[in-house]
Amino acid sequence: MKLGFYPGCSLEGASREYNESVQAVAEKLGIELVSIPDWNCCGATAAHNLDKELSLSLPARNLALAEEAGLTELVVPCAACYSRFTVTQHELLHDNAMHKKVNEIIGKEYKGTLRILNVIQFIEEYIIDKLEDNMKFEINKKVACYYGCLLVRPNKILNFDRTEDPQTMDVVMKKLGADSIDWAFKTECCGAGFSVSFTEAVGRLSGKIIEDASHRGAEALVVACPMCHSNLDMRRPAMDKYNGKKIDTPVIYITQAIGLALGIDRKKLGLNRHFVPVKLDNFKPYVKKEVVVENTQIMEEI
Amino acid sequence: MARIGVFICHCGENISATVDCPKVSEVAAKFPGVAYSVDYKYMCSDPGQSLVVNAIKEHKLTGIVVSACSPRMHEPTFRRACAEAGLNPYLCEMANIREHCSWVHEKGDRTDQKAIDVVRMMVEKVKRNNALMSIKVPVTKTALVIGGGVAGIQAALDIANAGHKVVMVEREPSIGGHMSQLSETFPTLDCSQCILTPRMVEVAQNPNITLYTYAEVESVEGFVGNFNVKIRKKAKSIDETLCNGCGMCTTKCPQKKIPNEFELGMGNRPAIYVPFPQAVPNVPVIDRLNCTYYKNGKCKICEKFCQPKAIRFDQEDEIIEVAVGAISICTGFDVKKTDFFPEYGYGKHKDIIDGLQFERMASASGPTLGAIRRPSDGAEPKKIVFVACAGSRDPAKGIEYCSKICCMYTAKHAILYKHKVHDGTAYIFYMDIRAAGKNYDEFTRRAIEEDNAQYIRGRVSSIYERDGKLIVIGTDTLMNHETVEIEADMVVLATAGVANQGAEELAQKLHVSYDQHRFFSEAHPKLKPVETNTAGIYLAGACQSPKDIPESVAAASGVAGKISCLFSSSELTREPLIAFVDRIAAPDYSSCTGCFLCQPVCPYNAIEKEDIKDRAGNLIKSLAYINPGLCQGCGTCVAICKSKSIDIDGYTNQQMYSEVDALLNS
Amino acid sequence: MSEFQPKIVAFVCNWCTYAGADLTGTSRIKYSPNVRIVRFPCTGRIDYMLLTKAFASGADGIIVSGCHPNDCHYTSGNFYARRRWIVFKKLCDFMGIDTRRIVFSWVSAAEGSKWADIVNTTNEEIIKLGPYDSYHKLSTQDILE
Repeated sequence: MKLGFYPGCSLEGASREYNESVQAVAEKLGIELVSIPDWNCCGATAAHNLDKELSLSLPARNLALAEEAGLTELVVPCAACYSRFTVTQHELLHDNAMHKKVNEIIGKEYKGTLRILNVIQFIEEYIIDKLEDNMKFEINKKVACYYGCLLVRPNKILNFDRTEDPQTMDVVMKKLGADSIDWAFKTECCGAGFSVSFTEAVGRLSGKIIEDASHRGAEALVVACPMCHSNLDMRRPAMDKYNGKKIDTPVIYITQAIGLALGIDRKKLGLNRHFVPVKLDNFKPYVKKEVVVENTQIMEEI
Repeated sequence: MARIGVFICHCGENISATVDCPKVSEVAAKFPGVAYSVDYKYMCSDPGQSLVVNAIKEHKLTGIVVSACSPRMHEPTFRRACAEAGLNPYLCEMANIREHCSWVHEKGDRTDQKAIDVVRMMVEKVKRNNALMSIKVPVTKTALVIGGGVAGIQAALDIANAGHKVVMVEREPSIGGHMSQLSETFPTLDCSQCILTPRMVEVAQNPNITLYTYAEVESVEGFVGNFNVKIRKKAKSIDETLCNGCGMCTTKCPQKKIPNEFELGMGNRPAIYVPFPQAVPNVPVIDRLNCTYYKNGKCKICEKFCQPKAIRFDQEDEIIEVAVGAISICTGFDVKKTDFFPEYGYGKHKDIIDGLQFERMASASGPTLGAIRRPSDGAEPKKIVFVACAGSRDPAKGIEYCSKICCMYTAKHAILYKHKVHDGTAYIFYMDIRAAGKNYDEFTRRAIEEDNAQYIRGRVSSIYERDGKLIVIGTDTLMNHETVEIEADMVVLATAGVANQGAEELAQKLHVSYDQHRFFSEAHPKLKPVETNTAGIYLAGACQSPKDIPESVAAASGVAGKISCLFSSSELTREPLIAFVDRIAAPDYSSCTGCFLCQPVCPYNAIEKEDIKDRAGNLIKSLAYINPGLCQGCGTCVAICKSKSIDIDGYTNQQMYSEVDALLNS
Repeated sequence: MSEFQPKIVAFVCNWCTYAGADLTGTSRIKYSPNVRIVRFPCTGRIDYMLLTKAFASGADGIIVSGCHPNDCHYTSGNFYARRRWIVFKKLCDFMGIDTRRIVFSWVSAAEGSKWADIVNTTNEEIIKLGPYDSYHKLSTQDILE
């Protein structure tokens, strides 16, 4: 199994643990992830506000490179990169003139043959069926799945999950044996864009998210976006200030949760890199059985 | 030999200022077949018409061309003049030299030439005109009213009171529609059932009205004046002639926990039930999907207790055929359910209800006997939030149109709430207050000023539940776009009014058009608001677009007026400009080859199959036959016909080709 | 009249374009007198043989115009006209008929000025293209002779 892989800047920098967990899980399940040779910045988050051509050309170059490398499917774990890639694909395939222009700019021919997968789609298609045979533990914890803004929007382009009340991560977590709770802030803004420039806003926005999750008894938040993670993990002092209380609910990547269930070493999953310590342990050993997943019906509706 | 008369009108100076009328007349006189040509100042005036009449008689004209204004203006005038002179009115043509010539071109030779060409063209056409007789079709003076809501009731009563027979078909076990579910009505706050019930009883008692409830239209064939309708009367499992409406069966039925549709799931009903106490007819039906007997083959308790022995477990659906002359569609609307709104929890919070559910709650005969209570725990809500435009005016997620009734009923809900919960507060999130109507704006002012409804201009982004409260997050656009967060006990969504279930299938059965929202389309948005594109089929009420009660009633009375007009004579007269398939002598019978390519292109389903048989009854040939009652004369079939067997009177191939020929071969 | 004045035949439907041309008149918007209007009940009625007939009889240009899609008085006649035109255009191309000389448009009863525009632009276009002699020379008369 060989799939294209685009790490992007986050996974090489602040969110190294995301990359580590994706790689660890893939390796464990025998999936080979091939990085796009000579990849460049995807243009998030600033390019599309400033220059449309630039914002389309940056991802288009990566996509064209992937096509040149003979890849047919591309896993893009970062939600921001994923958003830029899919939007670019959509725009170029619906605007001939722009497509031509971008091809000229990047000096390559982007054909649009590539399938772009976010991390959830990657899990759904290549991992979820292998879990039963490889799971060592059940994540017998109450978790709140937090999707953030980019993973499910804009709905018309992505055509992935329900925008207001997404379910795909919950399905995965239930499969891992977790009790994923129904809560109110699944897709609320975490304030990522202001993480550096206006930390107070992040304190308020992310604070509400973390407070609601912990209020409803979640033992961990599960995310699939490096921005969500760094905000919710790193800006905890600002949130605590806003909430007027200290909340130590950890935030983990969904790939880390899978890794834990597969029995991968915590360090290999990068769990030691978090600001809020991930204390989750005492998992129940997994015994293979018929797992009835309640939400499959909802999945089918989507 | 044709003897054509040409009459050139000056139209005062409207034409003669640009076109040299005497010259045109002079040239026209020399066209082959023209026996008489004259120009006159005002051809449409009395003396002008007399000129035409006299010329027809004097010169024994076989056709006339009036060269004047647009035929859309005065064609009927000159056709009447022809008829007066004893000439078939369809032997008159008009050459438009005003709108299409004198008014749009500069004076000059080219303009004169155009006028001459146009006259020549019409002379060539009129030579080939056929004398036509207007078509007479008999009319069955019975109307079919589909739907027994307030619009259907009004239409049926008005038609019946005009002395005509009415057949009413209602899908539910009782007539009454959505209006029977309402508590009070705006802007007067009179009780909905109190004003509706007497009219429902009138329908049942009117000797001119035959009422079929728990019935649906199965198929419709025919055309204006002559429709054949099949009605499926679903099995009620009750002999209606025996049932005395005592209601014993409904109290004894062991199934008690079936969600009550009339109460929108907020109450329960047994498997044998009358939808509501004032139902007309007051005859119960057995819900076979939920009845223990139909599920398990055992029970029949209702039968045991039925004194008149009216229960019929083996009853089957019945198909009733009726002949009607006109059809009124009054099938009403539906509202979007709360589960349509993902941002408001996909309908998973019990205390988020829709407007119709609030109506039932506020109704004295409703599940809470008129008390406002949270469905989740029965507590009295002290803070209630109404969200107007839930789904309406929202092209991104909902529907783009305005549902029209929500502003008013939301104001009414706030007033009713305040009347029942004195210490409570009602918040209303709105986009605009659309209160155009008699006493409507005063009513919303009353909600704001007397009943202290807190109107917040802005939309609600999300509603979620936390510790038993509903947190409503919205914005106040009049207060600097501040985020508003209300901890509410209950939320009422004024959900969008949408087309009723099954509207599409019904439209297809009736061959009437519907819009992208599945509302039935009127023939003309302004001048034919209650007619459909199919002659003899009319629309009333909210099946056309969201409408309030007065509008629905007005439209229904409009339909009744239209149908009464139609029924005022026993025959219908129609313009004879319709298509026909040629007929020739045996053994060919027609040049039609029976390919029936014409059938799918006809928008009116007017093309039928006609079998030519010999005396022994053996089929010789199948031909297309155009039903003159249905054909509206568009001529699409003429152009599609490969063997040129179809032609259309008024625009025959001969006429059109000679027009083109005359235009260019001058 | 030294300058070439083309003969343009307009095939229009009764309900939209004919009424639209009436409106051009009542609005007194001037346009070229080179156009002759032939009225049909509906564009669906227009047999495209009539177009070739018009060219054969000496027309230099043709306008076909009816109600906008979805506005047809007869619900769907204009859709058939449109489909027929798409097919007919290909056939014209194949046969060597100059499709630039056939203008297909929608003019509603409210578009008086649009009608004038269409006539004027078509007129200018046809003047540029010149008389359609190549077709006229094909007239059956010559062949018979």
